Amino acid sequence: MTYIRHIEHENIVHRCFRCGYCKFPDDYSDFNCPSYKAFGWDTFSPGGRMWLTRAWLAGEIETSPRFAEIMFSCVTCDNCKTQCVFPKFKDFLTDIFQETRAELVSEGRIPPGVRDYLKAVAASGNPYKLPQDQRGAWAKGTGLKPYTSQEYLFFAGCVGSYDEVGQKMAQSVGRLLVDAGLDVGILGNEETCDGNDVRTLGEMGLFAELALANLEKFKAKGVKNIITLDPHALNTFKKDYPALGGKFKVLHYTEVVAELIKKKKIKLKPWPVKITYHDPCYLGRHQQIYQAPRDILNAIPKAELIEMSRSGLNAFCCGGGGGNFFTDILGTAPDSASRVRVREAMETGAGIIAVACPNCAKMLTDAVKMENLEDKLEVLGIAEILEKAKK
Amino acid sequence: MSDILKSLIEIVGERGVSNAPEELWFYSRDPGVLAPHKPDYVVAPKTTEEVQKIVQLAGRENIPVVPMGNGMSLAGLVIPLKGGIVLDMKRMNKILEVNAMGRYAVLEGGTSQGMLKAYLQKNHPTLRHSLPDAPPTTTIAANVALHGQGRLTNQYGFNSDMVTGLEVVLPTGEICRIGSPSIGPYWFSKGPTLPDLSGLFLGWLGCTGIITKVGLKLFPNKKFRDVELFVTDRVDLVPTMLYKLTHLEILEDVNVWFQPKPLMFLGNYHITMFFTGDTEEEIEFKRKMIWDALQEFMDSKDGGFMSVQYMKSALLEMPGRTIADFADVPKGGGFEYSGPIALIEHYPKYAAKVVELAEKYNVLYASAARLISGGHCMMFSISFAFNRNDPAMMARVEKALTEAMTFALDMGGVPWKPNFKEQKMVMQRMEPNALKLLLMIKKNLDPQGIMNPGNWEVTP
Repeated sequence: MTYIRHIEHENIVHRCFRCGYCKFPDDYSDFNCPSYKAFGWDTFSPGGRMWLTRAWLAGEIETSPRFAEIMFSCVTCDNCKTQCVFPKFKDFLTDIFQETRAELVSEGRIPPGVRDYLKAVAASGNPYKLPQDQRGAWAKGTGLKPYTSQEYLFFAGCVGSYDEVGQKMAQSVGRLLVDAGLDVGILGNEETCDGNDVRTLGEMGLFAELALANLEKFKAKGVKNIITLDPHALNTFKKDYPALGGKFKVLHYTEVVAELIKKKKIKLKPWPVKITYHDPCYLGRHQQIYQAPRDILNAIPKAELIEMSRSGLNAFCCGGGGGNFFTDILGTAPDSASRVRVREAMETGAGIIAVACPNCAKMLTDAVKMENLEDKLEVLGIAEILEKAKK
Repeated sequence: MSDILKSLIEIVGERGVSNAPEELWFYSRDPGVLAPHKPDYVVAPKTTEEVQKIVQLAGRENIPVVPMGNGMSLAGLVIPLKGGIVLDMKRMNKILEVNAMGRYAVLEGGTSQGMLKAYLQKNHPTLRHSLPDAPPTTTIAANVALHGQGRLTNQYGFNSDMVTGLEVVLPTGEICRIGSPSIGPYWFSKGPTLPDLSGLFLGWLGCTGIITKVGLKLFPNKKFRDVELFVTDRVDLVPTMLYKLTHLEILEDVNVWFQPKPLMFLGNYHITMFFTGDTEEEIEFKRKMIWDALQEFMDSKDGGFMSVQYMKSALLEMPGRTIADFADVPKGGGFEYSGPIALIEHYPKYAAKVVELAEKYNVLYASAARLISGGHCMMFSISFAFNRNDPAMMARVEKALTEAMTFALDMGGVPWKPNFKEQKMVMQRMEPNALKLLLMIKKNLDPQGIMNPGNWEVTP
């Protein structure tokens, strides 16, 4: 079957010079594109994707498992957007990759991992294929109540609800918010997938379905303010939901917790510990939230925050964005993003990697094990760290 | 699976070889205007020994090998004109040694300019290397293999002059060290006082062997770096201005540029002068010397210093991120340039030719010349941007560049990183015995003609 392919930004695909600035952080110290770092072929770099997309749209190369692997290995970390030297089109780089993925989804020519993820979300409302009536089980013992008309809705997301590492993060955030006296509730078994990764993987129909269902629920319950555990949920709630009619304020939990510390609702005792902080791409580069997590960690008396050589705008992704958390296209070889990142964390001399995203928590926790660093390095959510430092 | 593919996988593993259509398509071209040609395999070695085995295999099977850095020469130098194996060297990117006291570094053959810069900034902040204006992904080995230039070229010569030793895999598969590392553990001299064998590889574009390690000179990284910008509309006076500036012997880099866009630059020639110092007093003293050197041109109202405040950071940035912007002026993702090495006194004629060619072929131009070795010569770039979606424009750019090269050769210039067509133009004009020597060297080093074939050949 011959497909006539179009993507929204096809009129700018040819403008990539493939100069390669997009592969680096701004000091050029190492490759900062996770898929290029992992695979080592120029085709797996942002410039490679741009040139191949153009060739594919022009019919010079065909859809193939390799082409799909190249496209779906992008973790949408946005480093390329940050580093590209062409201001007139740099902002559309990841849109172009996502649009290409959407075309591949339409053709039905996607990697098995992507297919399985999308099928699971479509069938179960979560990628774990776990029952909906178990979604809220994580909250047991946290003091969080079902959302009725509280000031805030705490949205745990799929990873926070079903993954063991994510659940720990969600539970610690929940306890922290409740103990600080915040008027907050959860959807529990009524919560469904936010759809951010469904959208980045190019399944726009399923994303719309999920988003509209969530919006209907939020509207019916009168939700005005949402606190997310997961920066991916934060991202789509802020960027995509308004266009579909979403009218609510969205905050990441680190923003809320930083305020609670400032207002002395959370009091901390001295804890002499060395911590390094890993910026999640969807909190940092996508949502420009760099300071709140650092303010929290710096508020712990005697704790020392040591930055990794790549941090903030230049942070190296854990490899779990863009759906790769579930599809695992980057793999687990020594040059996979999460393993590179924990080695970088080790160089700081810190004993704890602080994380603000459940995907990052899981990716880095697994990588610590693969690097045999379990006795030297612990991955903890920021709320988990605060619980250890709380008076 | 073919026997060659199986053998390549045995050497570098499955993740180090591809013959997938995607890689073959991508590695068949560069960002310039030359037509692509597909390789049969793309291979990414991680060690010298892997390179050796690949070259031995290529020799046995009589298939071409084309070593590639980032493929940004824009002149098609890594397009596999006769197919075969493209060797993507970028996985060999370790910085093996920095001898701070001896001011040299030893690097693997795929180490990028950006990574060396970052490494020195972090670990040896008083040292630097001569960064080219090419993007940071470009590799140091490729840069010296094509006689690249950089930010210290006015002071110290071509970047290939800064080589302090080489490790090369010969077309026979033998591993060979060149210069001081051939007789001892130190990498401080590429040749002298021995016969300088580095010339068998520098400038040869991978036609005589594959550079797997490079020794590279490092230079003092001063605490302060500054820039002055002199503007004149008297192109005929530019050579004299440059002569006076180079007489000072204090400038690390001198560029002369002109371009029609944005309009504020049209009709003027801009001389940017970069200088360094360890104290503010040193900087101010050098600034005064620069101003004094050009005072007569200000007195005659033939030029003046322009405030650089609003573009100072862009001018001082290394590599200059804004340089690639030229590729997007026609909204098309491409530019290519001819960069003949020429006498400075010929600057006005070259400048006139750029504008003439741009008008003749209806293409957008920019030009930036860089002084080499204190003014013995310059690299004069004749750059034309194009829209990659406009094949007719690309064809016009190709013709304009060919005509530019003819002009440069007529002017007695030497082409920098000539493409395979330009190499033929050079060989047609070369003194016969020099050509005989060149071809004899190539034939002796690479009797099967497997190294980047199509380049430096009489018949492609």
